[in-house]
Amino acid sequence: MRLSKSWIIAAKDFKTYRKKKNIIYALMVIPFLVAILITGIISYVGQRNAGRVSPAELVVLLPAFGFFYVILAAYLATPIASYTIVGEKVEKSLEPLLATPTTDSEILLGKGIAAFFPPLFALWGGSAVFMVLMDLTTKSKLGYYYFPDWNTALVLFLLLPLALLMSVLVNVIISSRVTDIRTGQQLGGLAVLPFAGLYVCGELNIVNLGDTGNLLLIVAALIVVDLLFFVVSRATFRREEILTRWK
Amino acid sequence: MVCCAREFGTSDGVCWSSQQPPSAAQRGSAGWTTMIETKNLTKKFGGLTAVDSVSFNVGEGEVFGFLGPNGAGKTTTVRMLCCLISKTSGEARIGDYDLGRSEDALKIRKLIGLVPDNVGLYEGLSAYDNLDFYGKLYDCPDAQRKENIQRFLTMLGLWEKRDVVAGTFSKGMKQKLAIARALVHEPKLLFMDEPTANLDPESAKTVRDFILELKKEKRTIFLNTHNLDEAQRICDRIGILSTKLIATGTPQELERALSSGGGTRSTVVLLQEQATGAVLAGLKKLSGNVTAEGNKLTVELKDPEKENAAVIEAIAKAGGHIQSVTIAGASLEDVYLKLVREGESGS
Repeated sequence: MRLSKSWIIAAKDFKTYRKKKNIIYALMVIPFLVAILITGIISYVGQRNAGRVSPAELVVLLPAFGFFYVILAAYLATPIASYTIVGEKVEKSLEPLLATPTTDSEILLGKGIAAFFPPLFALWGGSAVFMVLMDLTTKSKLGYYYFPDWNTALVLFLLLPLALLMSVLVNVIISSRVTDIRTGQQLGGLAVLPFAGLYVCGELNIVNLGDTGNLLLIVAALIVVDLLFFVVSRATFRREEILTRWK
Repeated sequence: MVCCAREFGTSDGVCWSSQQPPSAAQRGSAGWTTMIETKNLTKKFGGLTAVDSVSFNVGEGEVFGFLGPNGAGKTTTVRMLCCLISKTSGEARIGDYDLGRSEDALKIRKLIGLVPDNVGLYEGLSAYDNLDFYGKLYDCPDAQRKENIQRFLTMLGLWEKRDVVAGTFSKGMKQKLAIARALVHEPKLLFMDEPTANLDPESAKTVRDFILELKKEKRTIFLNTHNLDEAQRICDRIGILSTKLIATGTPQELERALSSGGGTRSTVVLLQEQATGAVLAGLKKLSGNVTAEGNKLTVELKDPEKENAAVIEAIAKAGGHIQSVTIAGASLEDVYLKLVREGESGS
């Protein structure tokens, strides 16, 4: 597999969707808006209750809020992943692309790169802002800067990329069955459900998302799920399948 | 029932059937270098046979037209030859490479250019960026890529619009851009799937003229078309497909083959009806089959273009005064319709 071919395809996709306002807004606004909103809520609740949010409560709340970026990862990959593949279907540009001297894997990797890296960088940027704002807001209560910590590093550098990858792969599979970008995005959005479920479980104290062991378990499960989806998406993204079976 | 293709070809003046394509000696003597060679190429989708045992050869620098009704298997054949879908059985070679060998697939795709039936441009990208992207995928070096993009966009009248997004182009402009895209890496072999379908007459003419330009450059072109007039004007040889390959040959050979007795007819209209008797006697020496109807004579000839002069001379000697002479052979349309109907009734 030649990575150069995949980069050419990814670069073309970057160029194409940087003109799509909904994608750019989603990438540029949502991760930063979430950082500001969550910090605002914590700050507001703290002031309203005359500072009755205890440090112990904060230590539970903060990693759960950090996990919010994993949900965003699954969500943000959807518009780009579905656009890069369903968009090609809509424009009927897959046939000439498949007629070039590139392998199916190179094309799939190119599409993956295009859908993976922009949300990853946007989320890392957003989470950096979140951590700085949160530290500034909670230092007086905690007496120390909570972020960065090892669990957050685990979330940002392992869990978040794996969640993004899962979302991209789910969208590849969905793209083979839908004929318009909006439907692809709606169905692809379902990738957030398992992470939203985990978040709710964290809030209900069913799962402690601040526990390293639990986070590692989630990472292991995601690796297995990603491998499974990779096999399925690889089988779906084959020239003959695309030209003869894709709707 | 047509069970195998009829090939009306002359290499060293010899006719051959497609079951026995021209031998290496025949091809060699006629200066043949085979660019596409298929033997019993077949594609099945489940129980449906889309392409059935198709055998033909296309020489280097030749424009080969593939005619056939909708669903005849033209696009499927092109997709197989472009390594986009696999063959079910049979053999095919593109240049020096075998179809079906995974290690040859990338080499074949590098050798060819494809203009699909749906142009499939990136509508959000400019004309230049569309070509640049494909040039890069074909490993076209920077300088050559830029030169080719300028050359082909200029040839197709799109250079001034190079920075305009393709989505705003008219159908004709999009088609031209798709052709430029297929040529950006200067392929030896170009597959064009109905390149003038749905175009207005002016755009269609521009595309046809451009194909003729490419023909002058000795590029091998495989042209899928519904347009018989286009096939007749552009193609060196034509294959008529209706799931099976029904016939191949030059347009003239196909027309001649359909005409009675293997030749065509010259129809001579005389000024005076009385002259036909004397003229008839003179003409019988030239052709065994002469019929008269009023002042209209029909003479069966092998090659009217060559033999008409002798006919006119014979009529003049017999005292006839000629009003008009027309060659009344079967048209390509007649050939096409007859063969396709035969093929359909036989399948």
